[in-house]
Amino acid sequence: MKRRLFSMVVVFMIIALLALTGCSNTKSAGNDSDVTITYWQYTFPAKVTEIKSLIKKFEAENPHIKVVAQDFPYDQYNQKVSAAMHAGKGPDILNLYYGWLPQYVKQGYLQPIPQDFMSTADIEKKYIPMIQASKIDDQYYTLPIAVRSLALFWNKELFKKAGLDPDTPPKTWDELIAYAKKLTIRKDNGKLEQEGFAWDVNGQGYHAFEEVLLRQWGIEPFSEDGKEVQWNSDPAGLDAFTYWINMNKKDKIGEPNFLTDYNTAFKAGKAGMIIDGSFDIAAIKEAAKFNWGVATLPVKAEGGLEANFGSFWTNGIAKGVKGERLKAAEKFLDFLTSEETQTDWLKNVGELPASASFANDDSINNDPIYGPFVQGLQHAHATFFVDEAKERDSMSAQIDKILLNNEPIDKTFESLVKEQQQIRDDYFNNQ
Amino acid sequence: MSLKARRTMIAYSFLTIPLLFFLCIRIFPTVYAFSMSFSPQYGGSFTLENYVKLWHDQVFWKSVWNTCKYVFITVPVQMAIGLLIAIAIERVRHFRWIYRMIYFLPYITSIVAVSWVWRLMFDPNVGFLNEFIGWFGIPPQNWLSDPKESLFCVCTVMIWQSMGFSMLIFMAGLKAVPKQYIEAAQMDGAGTWKWFWKITFPLLNPTIVFLAVTGVIQSLQTFTQIQNLTAGSGSSAGGPLNSTISIVVYMYKNAFQDFNMQYASAVAVVLFIIILLVTLLQLKILNRNFDY
Repeated sequence: MKRRLFSMVVVFMIIALLALTGCSNTKSAGNDSDVTITYWQYTFPAKVTEIKSLIKKFEAENPHIKVVAQDFPYDQYNQKVSAAMHAGKGPDILNLYYGWLPQYVKQGYLQPIPQDFMSTADIEKKYIPMIQASKIDDQYYTLPIAVRSLALFWNKELFKKAGLDPDTPPKTWDELIAYAKKLTIRKDNGKLEQEGFAWDVNGQGYHAFEEVLLRQWGIEPFSEDGKEVQWNSDPAGLDAFTYWINMNKKDKIGEPNFLTDYNTAFKAGKAGMIIDGSFDIAAIKEAAKFNWGVATLPVKAEGGLEANFGSFWTNGIAKGVKGERLKAAEKFLDFLTSEETQTDWLKNVGELPASASFANDDSINNDPIYGPFVQGLQHAHATFFVDEAKERDSMSAQIDKILLNNEPIDKTFESLVKEQQQIRDDYFNNQ
Repeated sequence: MSLKARRTMIAYSFLTIPLLFFLCIRIFPTVYAFSMSFSPQYGGSFTLENYVKLWHDQVFWKSVWNTCKYVFITVPVQMAIGLLIAIAIERVRHFRWIYRMIYFLPYITSIVAVSWVWRLMFDPNVGFLNEFIGWFGIPPQNWLSDPKESLFCVCTVMIWQSMGFSMLIFMAGLKAVPKQYIEAAQMDGAGTWKWFWKITFPLLNPTIVFLAVTGVIQSLQTFTQIQNLTAGSGSSAGGPLNSTISIVVYMYKNAFQDFNMQYASAVAVVLFIIILLVTLLQLKILNRNFDY
């Protein structure tokens, strides 16, 4: 009996040992100088194809570096990164939304851009000022290829059908509401058949409120250090909020969930106008089977303050990448952020170049589709998010209270500001 | 080494691999999650702060309450409907398999696909359901986007999908009820209603226990339906206003949206305890013996 137990233990240990050695597989087979690095991004078809062709070009220029690109669905991206990083199986370079950056840095997923590769001063000289929203503790952790801004898309055919001039988009918010009312069609049971303006919170709506409406109503949304939420620093903040909410609640020109979301409704030809980012140009070009146009965002009163929301996806080097792999990652990052890549990116993905050197490029500025976005970029602010997902969730939940539970706008606005402040306090107190 | 010892050794060596596998992918993560639930989010040693926070967390209690609702609504209803269909199909003489297949199909269809089809039907503007109730003069409803209705909508989808499974198991259970008992009862003059309640139903007890236990565990773990019916296009699962959030969804949101693995582990531990208690309780209450 004893012997049997003993032999059992021995066998178990041998097998365990075998299994363990099997786990630690030998890395990087082949030539000594060959380095393989991995690049992660979320599955945005235009970007996935573009990265693939860029990698081909890069590998031809650098025969000793191999780049493996992987992509994951947007909904699972953060989950995937978080799981992989905790398990030590993360990528070398990863693409992320700039709003996630504070969380990524706090979780220790990224290392700062090495100063000997590109110094903080160099970065600020190279890029347009907007990207300074991604500076954390006076350091940059990531470099973007391109930036995006918002603009108004309108469906010229629906304009014509509604008796509006198809070539004159609204210039002010009041005009937008008036036009949208004419464009809205409801069925007998009161449900939407076509919406005038695809009003929403979760898409670009809350950005439009925070960076466009609030500013045009005279409010600086956040304090300079990003610690203070200033929406209610003046009664005008509540006015802007009420004006925005009433587009849905009183004017009834659109609903957030109509045809799943705002850009699907527009592509299906069922929404007169939407506010969307330059990143959707390619998708709209492909799906929209009608005449459409792009204009800069409306203002409060004609000649009034223009404002826009700028954002970007950006590339960081994972923490723990060092030696040869770090050198290879730097090289690839340098290639990705080069002006040549940026031009290519604009053509194939539709995002605007992030380098300051493009500011006076007339071939982009005068383009009927890109032009309004570039113009918007001049007045664009990138919100400094501390936790983009949480801030958005809070916004959409509070607005649901107004729209679904009929809670008063002013009180909900107060609790919304409080909640947003709490998210910032939690972040800054835990640093 | 004797032949017997060698045989035993071979047997154990074959068993080691699944055992190792089980240890690596089941036991170790479970223990790890337990230990994680007792550590703070940003480094540090043993703490109870996650559980203290959980105790004061309103959304967590809402998710617990919602999970209870899911259990109490879906399990009895799907079993009742399953039993009804099973009895009805028992009576059918020809093409029984067609009915069986029709009612069982939803269960083997992908939950994601089913949820999305229902989601489209629930759409307040262009969905089929509002069109349908419109024929009877009922005003259009907001279904999934109304916090008062959304939970019932999710329950409907869950019931619709799992009643086929209950039906199948009940059909097997009904087959096992000895015919002579029923014949004897009929001879004694018992009506249909009476022999169903006095004979068939008690003899179905093991089937009911099995379905109740599996059904409760399944609905305690509900995730896929909620995720696919309520999340997407920027809004997160469990909405609107947390009206459909379940414990698992809340755990998922904490872990993969807020990156707070430690807090999510604490939620997981609580869920584990709830499932353990409920299952023990059920086995105790429902597993009475019926002797004749």
